[in-house]
Amino acid sequence: MTPEKLTRLEAALNQLLPELPVERAGAALVLRITTAELVATMTRLRDAPELDFRLLIDLAGVHYPGREKPLEVVYQLLSVHRNQRLRVKVAVGEGEPVPSLIGVWSSANWYEREAYEMFGILFSGHPDLRRLLTEYDFDGHPLRKEFPVSGRFEVRYDADQGRVVREPVQLTLPNREYYRPERTRP
Amino acid sequence: MGMIEEIHQGLDERGFLLTGVDKLVNWARTSSMWPMTFGLACCAVEFMQAGGSRYDLDRFGMVPRASPRQSDVIIVAGTLTNKMAPVLRKLYDQMPEPRWVISMGSCANGGGYYHYSYSVVRGCARVLPVDIYVPGCPPTAEALLYGILQLHRKIHRTHTLSTGWGAQT
Repeated sequence: MTPEKLTRLEAALNQLLPELPVERAGAALVLRITTAELVATMTRLRDAPELDFRLLIDLAGVHYPGREKPLEVVYQLLSVHRNQRLRVKVAVGEGEPVPSLIGVWSSANWYEREAYEMFGILFSGHPDLRRLLTEYDFDGHPLRKEFPVSGRFEVRYDADQGRVVREPVQLTLPNREYYRPERTRP
Repeated sequence: MGMIEEIHQGLDERGFLLTGVDKLVNWARTSSMWPMTFGLACCAVEFMQAGGSRYDLDRFGMVPRASPRQSDVIIVAGTLTNKMAPVLRKLYDQMPEPRWVISMGSCANGGGYYHYSYSVVRGCARVLPVDIYVPGCPPTAEALLYGILQLHRKIHRTHTLSTGWGAQT
């Protein structure tokens, strides 16, 4: 967004939500809110005519293992009519539920399922909070930092049982071996 | 001398043709290998190119089928994920024999770029018996075509009817 547009949007946000500080991150504006006020604030951001954020473009999870609240949900909002964007961040503790935003934007449905699957973030009020992308019996939340990159299980076809079976991962060459300098030089 | 000229000459000189049953069967099999459409990732686009007008798989009697029950060869074109593995095996099991498998691209050959991922099968040979591996990321349409021709050669080497199923010389 242009600097003029950023200033204008910042002023509009300060007027609408005076109690919330607006941060600047490069050419983007960031709003940090808590889970308690999430639904009310998001509804106001959507309905205020000078903001008009009718689209939830993306919803991402982030894992910061060192923090007191180790998880974070990041919402990316877009107003097509006003051509402006806003980023909203919510810090979440382990096992703490986040109110679902399906009532505000229905596009939040699968985004929240994905954030649940990848990070284990729980969304309260979600009608169908189950895995979205990985296999149906997948165990764990793969984008968390403590999750092993190669996973815990791998599949192969077992001719005796006549079906695809799941077994613990066995790698012939460990992943990080590739990046050791003594391996790459002859 | 081309095959057609050979046939004409044989017919003109003797009025009949001599050949082996295996040769005839293998000729029929290689001339109409219907591939199962199984595009999983970007390799599928190169597969489409091979089927398009420049390389034209139709020349080899290859018509992509949407059903495993009508297919002779399955071309695994792309990244096979853990979630897709049971589906791929089920489709393969539904294909009538004789059937062949072409593994197309690095991901299908051995996991490729996603070898160390938590969600990708490290090579579709863990799920299917593969006949031909086509390397590349993705392989060009020529490379796939070459793999198909290699499979033709492999089939021509089988002597199913004289020595039993699967025997090769």
